[in-house]
Amino acid sequence: MTARFAAGDRVRVHDRHPPGHVRTPFYIRGHGGVIERVCGEFRNPETLAYGAAGLPRSTLYRVRFRQTEVWPDYAGAGADTVDVEISERWLDPA
Amino acid sequence: MSDDNTRGYHDIGGLAGGPIDRSGHDVTLSETRVDAIMMLLGDDERRLMRVDELRRAIESLGEDAYTGLSYYQRWIAAIANIMVEKGVLSRAEIDRRIAEITARAAA
Repeated sequence: MTARFAAGDRVRVHDRHPPGHVRTPFYIRGHGGVIERVCGEFRNPETLAYGAAGLPRSTLYRVRFRQTEVWPDYAGAGADTVDVEISERWLDPA
Repeated sequence: MSDDNTRGYHDIGGLAGGPIDRSGHDVTLSETRVDAIMMLLGDDERRLMRVDELRRAIESLGEDAYTGLSYYQRWIAAIANIMVEKGVLSRAEIDRRIAEITARAAA
């Protein structure tokens, strides 16, 4: 399986709220960032959580977000960022 | 963005968390045992439990249990639920053993 995204690509996290076990934090859903690195391929925690094999594997990325984009009332430095590791299953090109 | 009522009670990133408790504490023997149980259940010999199942079970304990139990109390409650779910143990067996141990401790 090849990675859909590469470091430097702009991506947006799905604004979805499915039931069950989800590893994409609520606060980052719907937000846009940049791929900081490709982390490798991993099984799906959403189905592993219910005893399934978690296949097929999917690429995990470390995505970097600007804090001013994530928090409407962010009072810190404008250059501040937060990195979140997010599965390709949860990303679209931005 | 969707409303907050779709947010799991465990999914607290970004919410106000109150003051930070900077006191340390040593891990207790019972906490160490819970950790060991989780390691053993997930090892190659048993393959009875995954960290993903543990997390899902913790997220399913209910908000009162989640806020009222300590970290390792949540672990052992979740582990017990998964073992019952998988038919490794029955709730009756667990209750019986707890009753035996409680009686022995009270004697």
